[in-house]
This record gives sequence, C-alpha cells and structure tokens, in this order.
Amino acid sequence: MLSRIAESLFWIGRYVERADDTARILDVHTQRLVEDPWIDERRACANLLALMGSPCPEEEADTERVLATLAFERDSPSSIVGALSAARENARGAREVLSGEIWESLNVTHNALPQQRTMARRYGPHALFRFVRERSAMVFGLADSTMSRDESWLFLVLGRSLERVDMTARIISTRVLAGDAAPSWTLVLRSTGAYEPYLRTYRGVVDSSRAAEFLLLDRLFPRSVFAALDQAESCLAELERSTVRDTTRIGVAGEAHRIVGRARTLLEYMSTPELLSRLPARLEELQRTCSAASAAVSSHFFTEQAPQVWVPEGVA
Amino acid sequence: MADLFDGYPLGQQWDEMFGSAGQPRAAYAGLFTSLQPMAGEELSARADLLSQTYRDAGVTFAHAGEEQPFPLDIVPRVIGAEEWDVIERGVAQRVLALEAFLAEVYGAGEVFADRIVPRSVVSTSAHFHRQAHGLVPPNGVRVHVSGIDLVRDEAGDFRVLEDNLRSPSGVSYVITNRAAMSQVLPELFADHRIQPVDDYPTRLLAALKASAPANVPDPTVVVLTPGVYNSAYFEHALLARQMGVELVEGRDLVCAGNQVSMRTTDGQRRVDVVYRRIDDEFLDPVHFRPDSVIGCAGLLNAARAGRVTIANAVGNGVADDKLLYTWVPDLVRYYLGEEPVLANADTYRLDDEDTVRWVLDRLDQLVLKPVDGSGGKGIVIGPRADDQALAELAVKVRARPRDWIAQKPIGLSTCPTLIGGRIAPRHVDLRPFAINDGSKVWVLPGGLTRVALPEGELVVNSSQGGGSKDTWVLSRPRPASEPEQVPELTRIEFTAADLPDEPPAQDPGPLNDTVVGQSQQQQQQGGTAGC
Repeated sequence: MLSRIAESLFWIGRYVERADDTARILDVHTQRLVEDPWIDERRACANLLALMGSPCPEEEADTERVLATLAFERDSPSSIVGALSAARENARGAREVLSGEIWESLNVTHNALPQQRTMARRYGPHALFRFVRERSAMVFGLADSTMSRDESWLFLVLGRSLERVDMTARIISTRVLAGDAAPSWTLVLRSTGAYEPYLRTYRGVVDSSRAAEFLLLDRLFPRSVFAALDQAESCLAELERSTVRDTTRIGVAGEAHRIVGRARTLLEYMSTPELLSRLPARLEELQRTCSAASAAVSSHFFTEQAPQVWVPEGVA
Repeated sequence: MADLFDGYPLGQQWDEMFGSAGQPRAAYAGLFTSLQPMAGEELSARADLLSQTYRDAGVTFAHAGEEQPFPLDIVPRVIGAEEWDVIERGVAQRVLALEAFLAEVYGAGEVFADRIVPRSVVSTSAHFHRQAHGLVPPNGVRVHVSGIDLVRDEAGDFRVLEDNLRSPSGVSYVITNRAAMSQVLPELFADHRIQPVDDYPTRLLAALKASAPANVPDPTVVVLTPGVYNSAYFEHALLARQMGVELVEGRDLVCAGNQVSMRTTDGQRRVDVVYRRIDDEFLDPVHFRPDSVIGCAGLLNAARAGRVTIANAVGNGVADDKLLYTWVPDLVRYYLGEEPVLANADTYRLDDEDTVRWVLDRLDQLVLKPVDGSGGKGIVIGPRADDQALAELAVKVRARPRDWIAQKPIGLSTCPTLIGGRIAPRHVDLRPFAINDGSKVWVLPGGLTRVALPEGELVVNSSQGGGSKDTWVLSRPRPASEPEQVPELTRIEFTAADLPDEPPAQDPGPLNDTVVGQSQQQQQQGGTAGC
C-alpha cells in the first residue's frame, strides 16, 4: 500500500487513542477537583500539565488552563480537539482505504466538536469527555468490524497500541511522581477504565504496588502497558512478514520491532519489586520507547521525501 | 430581579437552609450564594440533565415490580461539621448498645434478669428467631451494616425515628447521587470542602472480611441477592461491582457438609462470608420458610458450625423492632454508662390498659405505627386521617395493642427543593449508614436524605413517592486528621523531585506540508479557470 496512506492510518490510530485517553484522564481529574475536599488545585493541575508534556508554572495552573491546553486547544496535537481534528484530516487523505463508515464517524465527531464545546461551557465538561470516549469506541469498533485484517488494519492498530503504551505510562506517572498532590490509585485505575477489572481480579482493597503492577504488566487487561506492547509487537511482526520475502535468520527485521520487543521483554522478565523500585525512570523510558518506535516505524515504512520544488534557474 | 428563593415560605418546622427569611444558616451560606443568581429555568435545565444522567446509568428502584428512576433533587442538603459530630457519635453509640443487646438476646440474657427490658418484648417479637440462639459470630459483630433513621424536630435537634439493623438499603444512592451531582453541577462544589463518600464499598468489604471465620487467610465474600426483581437489586449489583465480589442468588449457592460453596465454571468454590440482602424468613428453607426458593438450604447450620459468616446476622430484627426502640435509650445507659447523644421521638408503649385508653382517646393527635412495618407501610398520621380511618385503627389497636406504638407527631424539618421550576420547602429525613468492623463503628459522612415530594407529605419512603438529595457533610477547613490510609505493603511513592527535567512531550505527528497543500489548491483553482 502507499506509504502516505499507511502513515495516515498509523496516525489516525494514535490520535483517536490519544483523544480517548486524554478524555479519561481529564474526566477523573475534574471529578477529583470537585470531590476531594483537601486537594491543592494548582499543584494538581501543574503536575498534570507537566506529565502530559505541556508544563506550565504552578501559579498559572488551574482547571481552566488544564482544559484549555488539554481539551480545547485547536492547534495542539496533545489536546482532545486537536487530536480529533488531526485524525479527521488524516482520514480525509485516506478515504479510499478507510471504510465509509469510519470516515463518516470521524467526520461527525469533528463536526460536533464546536457544539460539544459550547455544551461543556454551560454544563461542565463531563458530557464532552463522555462524547469523546463514545466516539473513539465507535471508530475502533467500526474498524474492528468493517476493515479487512490487511496492512491498513495493522497500521491502525499499531498506532493505537503505541499511543496506548505512552498514555498509560503517563497516567501511572500522574500517581507516582506527584507526591502528596497525587490522585489516589483508585482514580488512576478509573482513568484507564481499569478500576472494575482490577477489583474483579484482586477482590479487595486497592494496594499501590498491585495497582501499578496491574497497569504495567497485566496480560489480560487490554490497556495495560504490557498488553499494548504485545499487540504492537505482533502488528510489527505481521507487517515485516509481508515486506521481507525470506525468513529473517537473526533477530528481527525492523528497528521498530526491536525497540518494542526489547521494552516488552524488559517488562516481562524483570521482577516486580525491581521494576517498582525504579518506577519513575522506567515510566519515562517507556514514553521515550514509544517515540523511538514511532520514529522507527516512520523511517522504515513511510520514508518521506521532502517535496521537490523545481526552481527554474534565472536567466542571467 | 426575582431570585430563586423569593417567596420561600417558612413554616413552624425547622428549615434546613434558612433561620429566618432570606438568611441562610452558616453551613448553607456557600450554596445559597451559588444558587441565588441562577434562574429557575437554568436550574430546571440542569435538573433535566441530572435525571437524564440517572436514566442513562440505570439508577433505579423497583416498585411494585416495575423499574423506576429514583428522583434526585438538585438542591443538596448540607450538614455542618459540628452537627455531623453529634450524629456520628450518636449513631455509633446506638449501634454499639444494640450490638451488645443482641449478644444477650441470643446469649446469656442478663439484660432481662436486670429488668432493663422485659423478656416478653423479645419473645413476642416476630423477628426473634430461636434458631439463632447461641450462634456467636466470629468477631462478635452482628450488625455489620446499619441505617439509623433520623429526623429533625422543630427545635433543630436530630431525633432517632427508627433503627434498621437487618439489611438497610439506600447507600447506593448516596454514592450515585454524589457522582451525578458533581458531573452536572461542578460549580456548586467549588466553594465547599465536602467529605467524600466513595470509600464506602472499601470499608464494607474490609468489615466483611474481618468478620470471616477464623483461620481463613483470604476470605471469599459474596453478596446474596433475591434477584433482579427485588426493589433494591440496583444496590446489590452496585455494591458487588464496587467491592469486586460475586453477586450470587440462592440457586448459585450449595451447602454440603456445613460448607457453603458457589457453583462456578471451575467447579465449586468455597464461600466464607455471605453479605445477604434477603430477609431471615427466606434465607434458609431448612429453618425458616420451607417454600423459599431464593435462599440456600443449610446456610444457618454452616454458620453455627463456624464455617461461614452471615452478615447481617440472623435475628437482628428483634432489635430494630419499633417496640424495642422505646428501650434503646435505657440500653445505651445500661451498656455504655453514657447518656444517649441522640434522643428518641416521644413514644408511648401500649403495654398497660391506661396508656392504651389514653392513646385511643387521642388517635387524631398521634402517629400510630405498626411495630413490624417497614417502608412507611401501615403508618397512620392522626391529624391527617379521616374519621373512618381512625375508627378502623381503633379497632385494630384495641385488638392487638402489642402491634402498635404511638408517637407525638414531629414536624419534620424542611429543605428547599426544586418543584416545577421553583424552590419550595419539602420535608426531609436522614439515614446515616454505619459499618461495624468489630473494632470501630464507622459512620459514612453523609447518608441518604429522603425528601417527600408531594406538598406537606410527611412520609418520605421511596415506595411512597419520595425522592432523595445529595447530602454534604462539610469538613473542617483543615482536616483534623488525615483520612486513614489503608496500610500498604510496598510504598512506591516518589515526589516531584524525581520528575525528569524535561518531561517527554507527546509526538506531534507529521506536519501538514503547506507547500503541498498550497500546490493542491492552486492546481484546483487553475483547473477551474482553464475551463
């Protein structure tokens, strides 16, 4: 398939997943500001902004700023609105491989954003977050039921999985790094949708190391870092099989596969106490792994060439 | 401009929000300021959103076999920190006294020998179960969960109306009310520090685990429900989900050789604690109603053998009987050597001929309650009843005085409530929930405020057209003690100092190439021009 189309699909996967996760994080964050009587709003907001990669001085950080930066900022790919617009732009350029339903779903989402924004101003942002979650679920659900499992599907899922690794790592960081302004583990679990699966698995009180372990290492919960890495890895394996004719005899064929596989084995074979004792470093590493893997995927599959502009030589 | 509270009538009763016209009480100052500038339509629009939220989430109760949404009023009820202290102490004290009493009812019975309570009160109660005699629960707790119904009288004092020690329901609405309110009206919360209610399931699970038979390292807890047609099924499901335990029906349980198990895809799994939401009569067909198909045969024998804990314990009904209620203040003094923090409503026992006659003469001024009724069933409010109802009542009371108690009517306090786009006073009560884990009685800060939506109505039960309100307990400006943390084995906390100097930014994605974009546009324009 065309590199340009593959790249669009990869980024649709990433952007939609990013919007979904950001909505979950913000929903829990705003609810916490409302429900927790002892919270230090500025610190909590500053921490969140820093961990989402958009730091801001503590005296300027408040809920308004958080929502403006992470929900409504139109031109930033880190905000919900920005990510969904970017996903739609990518889909516009790849309409011939996307099913009509997926395109329509993304387009409807994009068109509804201004109205959702007005509603959020009037009635609080919760409805917007729910809308975004539902629409993301719809996009991925449609992809699941209307796309062939060919390359286009693999690129979409690869993008989603890598983004998920990055976002889950960031969510865990909100707890681990924020000290006493940190949300409880219950909230961290809730913001990944993992609270009820966690409770059903461990049947009991939320315990910090178990919760961290669940979000990092659980094989069965699809939003855990491990499960997402595993999925990214199998997508890469499939993709390489179709590009490399003869069997790879040593190691794996692609740089991206190597990066993702290394991160996965590291999680898989490191003992939990060892992992937890240096958690902040590990989490940062995971985020950088995602960037590196993403860059490797780009250079391997989407080899971009700068547009060539012919400049007629001036006649002397 | 007419504000929301203009023309709000103040009656004889205590009003929760206003001390005098236009003057909110201290606890309500913040709420008043936030609500006052809102237009009635605005608030109504929010209220619609609120009920939409409830419909979407499926927050319902089943009444007469039909699922109905539980009306949640948009104006919260606020309780100040000092007021709450009184309630908390009073409820905990009452639970401890009743716990001690139950231990004697099903044990040695010194309280009867000491002539504090006549034995006949217990032995004539429909909820006294001989089958539970001598059955000592593993950590001594019989009242794992209780709901003590309080009302506020004309002077503003809280009084106990009744105790619920069997399976009090309503706590799920406390949790869902808070979640829905914070989604729909986040700005109301902004100026308050409100004690959170969402750790109830965690506390409950800890208390249930603590009550498991000794020597069980990791007890399995289940919630036993009568099934989806039960009026409180929503609550059973919510608690099971939030505790992460199995929600079972009687047919999922099997008892063999005094061991209770549940049928699973992996075969039978041992069950250690049954948090049952089934009445005693239906719990175990071996001992109680043999026609019950929602219980588990052999459960009580297993409990007696110490292999399983039933929570709340069998036979608790004897202590929340409305007749025994009249002795509870004496029980508090007897067992704890303290004066009751919360007083009862003024109540008359119909145990001697003179009182019966005195009450019969004044039926039109008293409230008559059947001692084993619940859910507001059978209550006759004298001043509001017609002659025929009073005559029928007199016949019933004369025939079986043991079945009735008489109370002076209390002018239930009122609280501002949104009715048809206006704020109007409606009567409210309060049911705080307490969990006893054997070492401490913990009272959930808040509880269920039920509101009678028809004007002037005094019965607030949901089965009688009642709604509820989110109940806020204000915390002190600085928490006196940090909320208790569950001890954790490994602490994996770090501080901001561990933050990387430059946190990784999110990948930006490919740039939209403006050169290409412009070319594409020019191409199109050029094409059009050329045609």
